[in-house]
Amino acid sequence: MSFFKKLKEKMLGTTEEVQETVTITNKFKEGLAKTRNQFTSKVNDLVAKYRKVDEDFFEELEEILLQADVGFETVDELMEALRFEVQRKNIKDTAGIQSVISEKLVEIYEAGDENITELQLENEGLSVVLFVGVNGVGKTTTIGKLAHRLKGEGKKVMLAAGDTFRAGAIDQLQVWGDRVGVEVIKQAEGSDPAAVMYDAIRAAKTRNADVLICDTAGRLQNKVNLMNELEKIHRVISREIPNAPHEVLLALDATTGQNALVQAQTFKEATNVTGIVLTKLDGTAKGGIVLAIRTKLHIPVKFVGLGEQMDDLQPFDAEKYVYGLFAEGLEHESENEEDK
Amino acid sequence: MAFEGLAERLQGTLQKIKGKGKISEADVKEMMKDVRRALIEADVNLKVVKEFVKNVSERAVGQEVMKSLTPGQHVIKIVKDELTELMGGEQSQISFSTRPPTVIMMVGLQGAGKTTTTGKLASVLRKKYNKKPLLVAADIYRPAAVKQLETLGKQLSLPVFALGTDISPVEIVKQALEHAKEEHHDVVIVDTAGRLHIDETLMQELKDIRGIKEPDEIFLVVDAMTGQDAVNVANNFNETIGITGVVLTKLDGDTRGGAALSIRSVTQKPIKFVGMGEKMDALEAFHPERMASRILGMGDMMSLIEKAQANVDEEKAKELEEKFRTQSFTFDDFLDQISQVKQMGPLDEILKMLPGAGKIKGLENAKVDEKQMDRVEAIIYSMTTQEKTTPDIINGPRKKRIAKGSGTSIQDVNRLLKQFDDMKKMMKQMTNMQQKGKKKMKMPGLDSLFK
Ligand SMILES: Nc1nc2c(ncn2[C@@H]2O[C@H](COP(=O)(O)OP(=O)(O)OP(=O)(O)O)[C@@H](O)[C@H]2O)c(=O)[nH]1
Ligand SMILES: Nc1nc2c(ncn2[C@@H]2O[C@H](COP(=O)(O)OP(=O)(O)OP(=O)(O)O)[C@@H](O)[C@H]2O)c(=O)[nH]1
Ligand SMILES: [Mg+2]
Ligand SMILES: [Mg+2]
Repeated sequence: MSFFKKLKEKMLGTTEEVQETVTITNKFKEGLAKTRNQFTSKVNDLVAKYRKVDEDFFEELEEILLQADVGFETVDELMEALRFEVQRKNIKDTAGIQSVISEKLVEIYEAGDENITELQLENEGLSVVLFVGVNGVGKTTTIGKLAHRLKGEGKKVMLAAGDTFRAGAIDQLQVWGDRVGVEVIKQAEGSDPAAVMYDAIRAAKTRNADVLICDTAGRLQNKVNLMNELEKIHRVISREIPNAPHEVLLALDATTGQNALVQAQTFKEATNVTGIVLTKLDGTAKGGIVLAIRTKLHIPVKFVGLGEQMDDLQPFDAEKYVYGLFAEGLEHESENEEDK
Repeated sequence: MAFEGLAERLQGTLQKIKGKGKISEADVKEMMKDVRRALIEADVNLKVVKEFVKNVSERAVGQEVMKSLTPGQHVIKIVKDELTELMGGEQSQISFSTRPPTVIMMVGLQGAGKTTTTGKLASVLRKKYNKKPLLVAADIYRPAAVKQLETLGKQLSLPVFALGTDISPVEIVKQALEHAKEEHHDVVIVDTAGRLHIDETLMQELKDIRGIKEPDEIFLVVDAMTGQDAVNVANNFNETIGITGVVLTKLDGDTRGGAALSIRSVTQKPIKFVGMGEKMDALEAFHPERMASRILGMGDMMSLIEKAQANVDEEKAKELEEKFRTQSFTFDDFLDQISQVKQMGPLDEILKMLPGAGKIKGLENAKVDEKQMDRVEAIIYSMTTQEKTTPDIINGPRKKRIAKGSGTSIQDVNRLLKQFDDMKKMMKQMTNMQQKGKKKMKMPGLDSLFK
C-alpha cells in the first residue's frame, strides 16, 4: 500500500484515528493550527499549483528540502531516485508525485535498516537509558518526559543526576523528578559523574527499579576531554550491568543544521548511540539532517520532542515526519505566491 | 565527516581556469555553484545564499586577476571580502543609558545560552567597564532557571534579583528596576525564559517587559549551530521586539556557523559577542573576518595565502611541488622549508590556519615546539651532503655520528628519519591527489611531526 493511500486512509479512517492523526500532525505544525479540512485543501492547492512534474517542480522541491536542513547529499540522492521513478512510471502530473516523494524519502531514511522506534529494555531486572548530547538541546527535559511516559506504562523509574557541572542542572532534574513523581539519585555539584552513575545503579538495583535514566552534562563533540569523560561514564555503567546501557539516546535539537551529523558521528564513536530524540520540533525548524544521520550512521530517531511539558514526547513516525518535511514547505511556498 | 570548505570544493573548478588573466562570466557561474553549495553546507540560509551569490557574481565578472594571486585565490578573496563586509564591523561596544540603570535584555530560543551569557556579560561589564551590574531572574518557567542564575551570580560574586516563580516576569522586572535604583546598580541584565518565536503569548510577554523601560540593548542569543531556520527566528524576534544586537553562542564547537550570515542579512543588526565556552570568562568580541573564513571553511586561509606570498616566491614553490611529486625531496629542501616556515611566524598558528587542519585528530592539542625545530635543524646540519640527498644510506654508525654532532640522541635521529619518510609519502599523496583534482586528503603523521 502506498504511503499516500495510507495517509488518506488514516485521515479518513475511524474518528478516533482521525483525532489522533490530527493532534499529532497539528503538533508538527504548531502555530499553523490547521483543521483537517484546511490541511486537505492545502494539499489540493499545491497539486493544482504544480500540474506538471518538470524541472521547476524538482528545483522547488530541492529547495524546500534544503531549507528543512536535509543537506545536499541526501537531497541529491532523493532527486536522483525521484527522476528515475518519474521516468519509469511515466509520471507527468503532480497528482501522482506526492506519494512517490514520500515513499522515496522514507525509503532513503530506512535504507534497509529495521525500523525500531521501541526502546530496547529488559523485561526483567534493571534497564539503563543514558542521555547524551551537546549543550542545551533538551536532554534533561526529555528525561523528565520519558520518565513520565515509562511511569505511565507501569514501570518503576529512577533518575541519575549525572550533570554535576552546569549551574542548576541537578536542581533542574530534581524538579522534573518531583513533577513526575520519581526518585532522583544525586551528589553534590562538581562531583565525578561516573561516581554518580555507580551510586545510582546500586540504588536502582536495591530499590528494584525497572528503568534508570541517566542525565549527563551537555558537551560539544569536539571537546576531547569531555568526550573521554563520557566514555568513562559509559564504561562504568557497562561494568555494573551486562548489556547496559540498554539505550544511549542522543538528544538533537531540530533547529541544528549540518553540524548535527558530526555530533551524531562523534557521540556514536564515544558511546555507541542507539537512538535519537529530535527535540523542539514544535518550532519552525524541521531537523531534516536526521535523514542523513539515519542513512549514513544507521541511527534511528526514536522520539520527537514537541514542547516543554511532561507529555510533549511522541514516538517517531517516519512517514508523518517525512510528509511534514516537504508538504508544509510546499504550502509555505504557495502561501508566499498568494501574497505576491 | 566535516564538510569540505570552499577552497577544497573549488579545486576542481579552479583547475579549468588556471592561468587566466580575466575571470569570464562562465567561469564565475561555474565557481558560484561551488560557492552556493559550500555556503548551504555551512548552514547559511538558502535564500540568503542566493542573494549573496548574485551580488558576488556581479562583482567578480570581468575583474582582472590580481598579479599575486591565481584566479581561484582571487575569487575566494572576492567571496571572502564580500562576506566579511556583510558581517559588519567589529562592534562589541555596548550602548549605555545616560540615565542609569542601563537595561539589557537577553532573549532567544530555548537552550540558546541566554542565562550563561547573562553571567558572562555581567562579568565583562564589571571587569572592562567598571560597572556594578544586577542580574534579574525573569525566567519563571524553566525548572530551576532561577537557581541556575543564582548559582552563576554566586560564582561571580554578583547580586541576582529573584522573586521566585509565582510572580509574573513583568512584575519581577519592574521591582528589579526599583531595586537597582535604590542599590545604585548602573546596569541591569534581564535573563528571560527561552521561547519559540511563534509563541504569541510569550512574545507578548517580551513586549510587556520591554514596555516597562525601553531597554538600551536587546540581545538575541543564538546557537551557532543553528541551521536554515535561523532566518525565521531572527526575523520574528526582530520584528516583534526589535533587537539591537546578537550574541552567537557555542562557537567553541566545530560548526561552520553560517547562521551568523543568515541572521545578519535578515536583521542588519550587529553580532556583538561570541560565546566560546561554558565558563564565565568565555565571551569574546566578534571578528567578522574570522567568521567569514570559518563559514567558508578555510581557516584563515587568506591570511595564510598572504603570508606565504610574502615569503615564498612562485618559482621556488613550483620547484618544490615537482620535487614532492617525483619524490626527490631532500633534507636540504626540508631545511629550506623549516626556515621559511620560521619566517612566517609561530608554527602552531600557521597550522591552525591550514584548511583541513581541523580534521586532523589531535591537532588541537598539538603544541608546536619551536625548540624541537631547532633540534631538527641541528640534526640535518650534521649530515653529509650525500646523507641529505639519499637518507637511505644512514646506517647505525652514521646515526651515532649525526647524533653526536648535533648534540641529540640516536632516538631523535631515528624519529626525524621516520618523520621525513612519512612526510615524503604524505606529500606524494597530496600532490597526486591535487593533480587528479581529488578532494579528500589524508595527512598521516602531520601531528606526530610536531610532537
Ligand atoms: N519548545 C521546546 N523546548 C524544549 C524541548 N525540549 C527541551 N526544551 C527546552 O530547551 C531548553 C533546554 O533544555 P534542557 O533539557 O535543559 O537541555 P539540556 O540538553 O539538558 O541542556 P544542558 O544540560 O545545559 O546541556 C529548556 O528551556 C527546555 O524547556 C522541546 O521539545 N520543545
Ligand atoms: N560550549 C559552550 N556551551 C555554552 C555556551 N553558551 C552556553 N552554553 C551551554 O549551553 C547550555 C544552555 O545554556 P543556558 O544558558 O542554560 O541557555 P538558555 O538560553 O538560558 O536556556 P533556556 O533558559 O532553557 O532557554 C548550557 O549547558 C550552557 O553551559 C558557549 O558559548 N559554549
Ligand atoms: Mg541538562
Ligand atoms: Mg535560561
